[in-house]
Amino acid sequence: METTTSTLAPDATASAAAAPPARRSNLLRRLGGFGPSGLLGLAVLLFWVLAALLGPWLLSHSMAAAGTSNVFAPISAAHWLGTDYLGRDMLARVIEGARYTVGVALLATLLASGTGTVLALLAAASGRWIDAVLSRGLDTLTAIPSKMFALIMVAGFGSSVPMLVVMAGIIYVPGAYRIARSLAVNINALDYVTVARTRGEGTLYIMLREILPNIAGPMLADLGLRFVYVVLLLASLSFLGLGIQPPVADWGSLVRENIGALAMGGASVIVPALAIASLTIAVNLVIDNLPGRSARERGAR
Amino acid sequence: MGAPLTVQGLSICAGANTLVDNLSFSVQPGEVLALIGESGSGKTTTALALMGYARHGCRISAGRVQIGDTDVLALDAAQQRSLRGRTVSYIAQSAAASFNPSRTIMDQVVEPTVIHGLCKRAEAEAKAVQLFRELALPDPETIGARYPHQVSGGQLQRLMAAMALIGDPELVILDEPTTALDVTTQIEVLRAFRRVVRERRATAVYVSHDLAVVAQMADHILVLRNGRMSELNATGQILAAPADDYTKCLLAAARPAVRASGQASGDSELLLDVQELSCGYGAVDAKGQPAKIILEDINLKLYRGQAIGVIGESGSGKTTLARAVAGLLKPCHGTVMFDGHALEPTLQQREREQLRRIQIVFQMADTALNPSQTIWRILARPLQFYKGLRGEPLKRRIHELLDLVKLPHTVADRLPGGLSGGQKQRVNLARALAAEPDLILCDEVTSALDTVVAAAVLDLMAELRRELGVSYLFISHDLHTVRSVCDEIVVMQHGRKLSQVARADYERGPHHPYYQLLARSVPELRQGWLDDMDRAAAAATPSTRKALA
Repeated sequence: METTTSTLAPDATASAAAAPPARRSNLLRRLGGFGPSGLLGLAVLLFWVLAALLGPWLLSHSMAAAGTSNVFAPISAAHWLGTDYLGRDMLARVIEGARYTVGVALLATLLASGTGTVLALLAAASGRWIDAVLSRGLDTLTAIPSKMFALIMVAGFGSSVPMLVVMAGIIYVPGAYRIARSLAVNINALDYVTVARTRGEGTLYIMLREILPNIAGPMLADLGLRFVYVVLLLASLSFLGLGIQPPVADWGSLVRENIGALAMGGASVIVPALAIASLTIAVNLVIDNLPGRSARERGAR
Repeated sequence: MGAPLTVQGLSICAGANTLVDNLSFSVQPGEVLALIGESGSGKTTTALALMGYARHGCRISAGRVQIGDTDVLALDAAQQRSLRGRTVSYIAQSAAASFNPSRTIMDQVVEPTVIHGLCKRAEAEAKAVQLFRELALPDPETIGARYPHQVSGGQLQRLMAAMALIGDPELVILDEPTTALDVTTQIEVLRAFRRVVRERRATAVYVSHDLAVVAQMADHILVLRNGRMSELNATGQILAAPADDYTKCLLAAARPAVRASGQASGDSELLLDVQELSCGYGAVDAKGQPAKIILEDINLKLYRGQAIGVIGESGSGKTTLARAVAGLLKPCHGTVMFDGHALEPTLQQREREQLRRIQIVFQMADTALNPSQTIWRILARPLQFYKGLRGEPLKRRIHELLDLVKLPHTVADRLPGGLSGGQKQRVNLARALAAEPDLILCDEVTSALDTVVAAAVLDLMAELRRELGVSYLFISHDLHTVRSVCDEIVVMQHGRKLSQVARADYERGPHHPYYQLLARSVPELRQGWLDDMDRAAAAATPSTRKALA
């Protein structure tokens, strides 16, 4: 709790320049709205985001990544999280991997949810054949198993970082589309959308102004869940050797590389697995405890 | 059979708010007490507390509720559970939402006796059939085998009464049991309820916002306002000589008031001319006829400044007519002439100027206003869209509109969720007025509002019509409302126009029998109205009654 307030403090002072004290207390109040488990999630999430952003800078200060003969070393003062199968420091490897896991997953999730939401809004607001074409088209995509699809994509285009982002994005568009569409179709039938339509508003206005703000809450919750799916997909692809390629590694590849530690009793296989678990749980804690998610429906301001 | 009910110092809180404040009253065995008040006055909260129940987030903080010899609030949860459905039973507003759609009616009606182990299943069923007969349900022997969707709304409401009465409760709570029904159905249900309550000498608490209905049912009336008792007295006394100001206000709102138009129809120009209009839903066949015809051959003339009421029961096609005029539904036959020009059948084909001149106001203010937009944005949009207003003129116009509908300027920054039902309906009207339309289609604009609030909205609409000269096509199921604002009434049934009655002829006959049935079914604000109706119905020969139904 202490860490989160202190890390966010510079943010608050920066915005305080624009609108003095009210803004600051507002931010603190919103933070309080997360509740204890939400704040815990927020702290863990911030930790990993900072690790991803500051990782290279931190690592240049610390010990060289070069290996020693000391493979699968247990946790010690020299190597806080032990060493991997080449004797490299595990802490450095995990922090380096955060960049790929958090970065690629975040981009892919935004891509999937963004595309899915936009297509869903288009389908709901224009209806008729556009809806039919989009829905059936994306249903077809759902029919292809995601691992199989990833395998084909990697075989065809190699496994560069942009390719992984696009691939994970495509795999998760249909799910986001389905949810956004069912929400949007319900909103579309409400009287205020009908009123906008009788006013002569265009499809774009109805999509963005009338429908989108009212499905944003649930879609945000869905974004969090989808992020978890993407992290797990990337981890499992890396485990299969199809994801991020050595020598760099995301957390999934770290688990695979160090699978031998299971027999040796080293910490190096458990640590990246725990990192994956902590990130996914943290994201869900944050999303579940988003303050004021339903406040609007209750009429709060 | 009924037991006396005594309530002393009942208070119910939700967090720091007091919903019901120190309420005391008593009901003698076999008497009916009505709880009346606007929404949010604590009627239902009080009624539920009589069973020892508080809704989620609420807490019964003080007081005593005594039914017969039982102190309800002193019982533990298990004892209260055995009390409910046996000693006290509850009839909710929406029977459709209270029945399980996947079980037969009989299963659900005898459920209280099964849960409490009162008698054998066969005995319970025999008793249920007896109750069905008392409640004047059709086919009492076999109706129990049906599922809830196979009976009408009015029948379902009576079946719920049977469910409540099967355990021979000492106290029956009826919570707005007829509010969701059409007038013609309401009268039958009221009749059945009253007979059962009288014959069984049950003690009853009747919750309602409709004084005219309550006047038929209750021996005493308790007027609630903001959780406090405004007045408690015998029904006759309340109706004849109310002591409290708020009671007077309620009575005034419930009495029909004619709101003059100030405009004579006929000598002004023809604004809307609906010619041979037919509409329907579903797939269109080779002859251009849709699968289900909703409207057939409607002809209607509306002159500038006139207000025409369209009335009929649910399913009569009233709303479809408004949708066709607005361009939301493409007619399969006929034309809509507006100010001398034929309107295109669909919205996309109409010009912006045509769209501006016809605005629509919906029934449910909750769904008619976008919950994520402030009132400012809701009102600004039509002004920007049609007139391109911005900056200072926009601000001035929004303030003008808020003044026009009598809302303070401060609501502009709020979201719809922070407004009351009446305020939302005013915003709804203001948005329509922002377009400066010639015609406003009003779809049941007051149905979701309390009597006092609805009366204020109707006053406002009449005033706007006088000042701005807008015309209304006023759709409602409530003859009382329509008569008070409209110059002419169009009566619809099963998608057809039955007759058109001018204001001057409201009280004079002869009218179409269906109009007369509707007119007679509106409860009058006096005691004994329902008895008179019963006598009239008994006098009428069965054949004419059948013809009316």
